[in-house]
Amino acid sequence: MRRLFDDELDELDNGFTEMGVLVSHTVQKAVAAFINHDREAAQQIIAEDHQINDREIDLESKSFEMIALYQPVTTDLREVVTILKAVSDLERAGDHARNIAHATIEVKGQHRSPEVESQLATMGEQTTEIVKQAIQAYVNKDEQAARDLVAINNQLAAINERLLREVYNQAQADSNVILAAMKYSAVAADLLRIADYMINVGEWIVYLKTGQIVELKLMQNND
Amino acid sequence: MFINPTSQHQHNDNTAWLDRNIVAPAATAETPVVLETKGMHVYYGGNEALYEGDLQFLEHQITALIGPSGSGKSTFLRSLNRMNDNVAKVTGQILYRGVDVNQPDIDVYEMRRRIGMVFQRPNPFAKSIYENIVFALRRRGMTDKKQLDEIVETSLKQAAIWEEVKDKLDQSALALSGGQQQRLCIARALAVKPDILLLDEPASALDPVSTSQLENTLLKLKASYTIIIVTHNMQQAARISDYTAFFNLGRVLEYDETSRIFTSPKVQLTNNYVAGDFG
Repeated sequence: MRRLFDDELDELDNGFTEMGVLVSHTVQKAVAAFINHDREAAQQIIAEDHQINDREIDLESKSFEMIALYQPVTTDLREVVTILKAVSDLERAGDHARNIAHATIEVKGQHRSPEVESQLATMGEQTTEIVKQAIQAYVNKDEQAARDLVAINNQLAAINERLLREVYNQAQADSNVILAAMKYSAVAADLLRIADYMINVGEWIVYLKTGQIVELKLMQNND
Repeated sequence: MFINPTSQHQHNDNTAWLDRNIVAPAATAETPVVLETKGMHVYYGGNEALYEGDLQFLEHQITALIGPSGSGKSTFLRSLNRMNDNVAKVTGQILYRGVDVNQPDIDVYEMRRRIGMVFQRPNPFAKSIYENIVFALRRRGMTDKKQLDEIVETSLKQAAIWEEVKDKLDQSALALSGGQQQRLCIARALAVKPDILLLDEPASALDPVSTSQLENTLLKLKASYTIIIVTHNMQQAARISDYTAFFNLGRVLEYDETSRIFTSPKVQLTNNYVAGDFG
């Protein structure tokens, strides 16, 4: 009985990690596609989005089944609950990567701003980094690494502020840029949201390790 | 890729044998401590079966005692109303509402009227349902038929079995189902108006339906009684108790609110035991 539970928990754990890697790659590809104006890559991301959704449903069903069959408690319960909650965060992050792919297609042909796009590229790198680190923190079940995600998130927020100012200035100087400017700010918002979801994943890792449900960003601000 | 392939679920290691985490429940004016053990040791012959068993029990709360076989939980429970007097040596204090009942000059029978016990196997007397309930009362000299009738009805109602037996009170208690017998035994314990009910795996011989009825009964009784229950059924402890004490090798290793014991216990062994990953 116990062996079986452990095997299934391993399977769930691996499934979550795989989904995390998939989301991480998708975010990376979405950012690259936007920066390189690569419509084809963007189309492919949109076409493959269902893979992430399917995995979410799989992992959720599996978690429900394990709760019903084994009625796990303590660390076992926390592992299943962590996956059940964090899997939604991964899926939502995947949705935002898809949004970026849509923006890539829509922004093509409009007036663009290389300065803003270079800042978006930096934001994209940071976002990719936070996704990778969140998944790695999960794999290592590393509470401190989970808490450290907030620092990257803060850097992202700072870049975002500069970027929005730049977008505003450019749009003010040249009204032809307005359409692209709207897309830029939308993509920046998507990147920020992805990072937010990774903070959520980090919060579930803290829960997994400690049993405490925390708000990492609030805790950071209170320090 | 950045992923380390060794992401297998890790078994918890059992090295922290000495970890303990005893969180005394917070007594208030509404829920005072009714029973408390201090420095209690129990010896069977030369063997020490229980040490480090200091616990406090709050009024009108259900406390579950859990732990593997031989961990000392039943020994602990039986010592509370001195059921172990003939088989074991119990030292230390057992404070019932401030009075140490582990003293030679205590009237054990009077004390057991206040601290009643229900055993693992239903053990009704080979008498009618009615006589089972009034047995102790008659022994104590109560003869008033009306008064006895009243206590029979109240006790059976409190034990949630009245509706099932009210039309056959003169039938043999042995004809009842196991679940009904167990609730009858609870009614019998309630008849003498105890303050505390001790239950030693009361549901282990019952089917799921009877178990559920028994649990509902205990949850109702909680309003008027303090309940301490030994159980091997983790889900039962989780469902009905407010506090849980985990026993291992003659010691209480962890004592805390049940919700905490079943979500984030502090002691690794508790975690392993309640998760069924023990030994």
